[in-house]
Amino acid sequence: MAISQEKIKELEKTAKKLRYDIVMMIGAGKPGHLGGSCSIADIVAVLYFHKMRHNPKNLKWPDRDRLLLSKGHAALAQYAALAECGYFPKKELATLKELGTILQGHPEMLRTAGIEAYTGSLGQGLSVACGMAMAGKIDKKDYKVYCILGDGEIAEGQIWEASLTAAFYKLDNLVAIFDKNLVQATGPIVERYDTNPHPEKWEAFGWHVIVIDGHDIRQIADALDEADKVKGKPVTLIAHTVKSKGVSFAEGKAEFHHGIMTQEQFETARRLFED
Amino acid sequence: MNMQNCRTVYGETLVQLGRENERIVVLEADLSKTTMTKLFEKEFPGRFFEMGIGEQNMVSVAAGLALCGKIAFANSFAVFAAGRPYDQIRVSVCIGKLNVKIVGSSCGISDFGDGATHQGIEDVAIMRAIPNMTVLSPADGIETKKMVKAAVEYDGPVYIRIPRNDIPDVTDEKQEFEIGRPAVIREGKDVIVFAHGYMVYKALKAADALEKQGISARIVNVSTLKPVDEKAIKKLAEGVKGIVTVEEHTIIGGLASIVAFAMRGSGLPLEAVAIQDCFGQSALSYEQLLEHYGLTDAAIVNAVKKVLK
Repeated sequence: MAISQEKIKELEKTAKKLRYDIVMMIGAGKPGHLGGSCSIADIVAVLYFHKMRHNPKNLKWPDRDRLLLSKGHAALAQYAALAECGYFPKKELATLKELGTILQGHPEMLRTAGIEAYTGSLGQGLSVACGMAMAGKIDKKDYKVYCILGDGEIAEGQIWEASLTAAFYKLDNLVAIFDKNLVQATGPIVERYDTNPHPEKWEAFGWHVIVIDGHDIRQIADALDEADKVKGKPVTLIAHTVKSKGVSFAEGKAEFHHGIMTQEQFETARRLFED
Repeated sequence: MNMQNCRTVYGETLVQLGRENERIVVLEADLSKTTMTKLFEKEFPGRFFEMGIGEQNMVSVAAGLALCGKIAFANSFAVFAAGRPYDQIRVSVCIGKLNVKIVGSSCGISDFGDGATHQGIEDVAIMRAIPNMTVLSPADGIETKKMVKAAVEYDGPVYIRIPRNDIPDVTDEKQEFEIGRPAVIREGKDVIVFAHGYMVYKALKAADALEKQGISARIVNVSTLKPVDEKAIKKLAEGVKGIVTVEEHTIIGGLASIVAFAMRGSGLPLEAVAIQDCFGQSALSYEQLLEHYGLTDAAIVNAVKKVLK
């Protein structure tokens, strides 16, 4: 069933809330992964608040859909969503990266309710997602595994090893979401280490490819629905996104991959997403 | 002496355990004919996954399977099982204490023909360095069987190194295997020799030679290289006048390091029979290569005499 206009409005508001939380988690004068977290905020909103089958009260539910951030540094978006869903109290967001916190710099399954694995050493998440999808096939379960990758990350050879696995084992219960935000830590990907062309590569590796605007809620939701209909093949959504999307002064800028906002910038960013 | 091939025992044991436990799945990187997981593949094709020649992906996929309740055995040669996917073992598997068993076949220099690229002589050091990892090394086929069973029963990451060639049985069929417990294989009072893997047999042969010279050697099989029971090691060494360690592994980070640290402050002289800080090479036979790198009963006898001087 197509997503309603009403739901789209609601998810847009949710994504805005997630961006607000991301900005608040980072704060002023401290480095944080603003860029990659904001570029996936809309995708994460659609997954947790519309598409995925999950239950914050039943973490070990075997039939739940799973979301892994292979680009683990964007965890802030996931933390914001998990808190919003009620996996843990929202006040925990203020403890990001503090000694002993449940919210580590990169996702940790044993510390954070709702986190499914250990990711962030780039390149590994898609393989872990393949393993989960293979287990789903063995156990004849109908859950889906979603895995968010970065366009800088796919320079890691392991991503392509995993893409072969997904195609060979016909993992149609696996959806990779490729956050094509065009910028890696040190600059634009086309200048620093060009990983293009993307759709052609994924197709050649045996995947069903859907290209979308990763900030258009309807396109994200429709593509995820389309992915459900694909049989015998894994699906990748190539989501065109903007690094630091929504944070006007930081959009598209490599320095905000893991940047520090001044007090003034922080106030500006906060106001952008305040209700 | 009864000879067994630990790889074959490993493969057969996996099949046997696979019949009892549906959660067991096996992953391979195109070496199933050598690691002997082909036996599991034949009986349980639906729980066997050929992962192509890609060990890093294999280990992370194993982590994903473990996260969904499987007991995942990821196999390759020791050098590729422990070395190549180091970071995958560390991040995908060990931080989360996942139920993944990494099995490093053809360990040490037991793959004598293939040369330095294929000889896993640092695997124990690498695997021991990772928090949450358990490191096992069977002395023979009897222990291999018990160890694989123990690895299945243990909930968490385990690394097992498996020798390539037929080796004699040296452990007692009736003795129970327990992760972490070093076991006396032969009683003695003058000197203690700690060994693991095929080197336990070499140590026993050395003990025979020493006995003829009036020296009584206590031989201990340290088949768990992590976690280390320091108290047990100290207790076993009570009353002896010297210590020797023997390992088919580089002298750095393996049994010599374990025992030297456990026995710190004891004042007892210690010698290590190990591969020095160098790579292996090809040879036409396993024994020839062991001799070249000084992993012989004669070398153990010399080391014992040195500590007793």
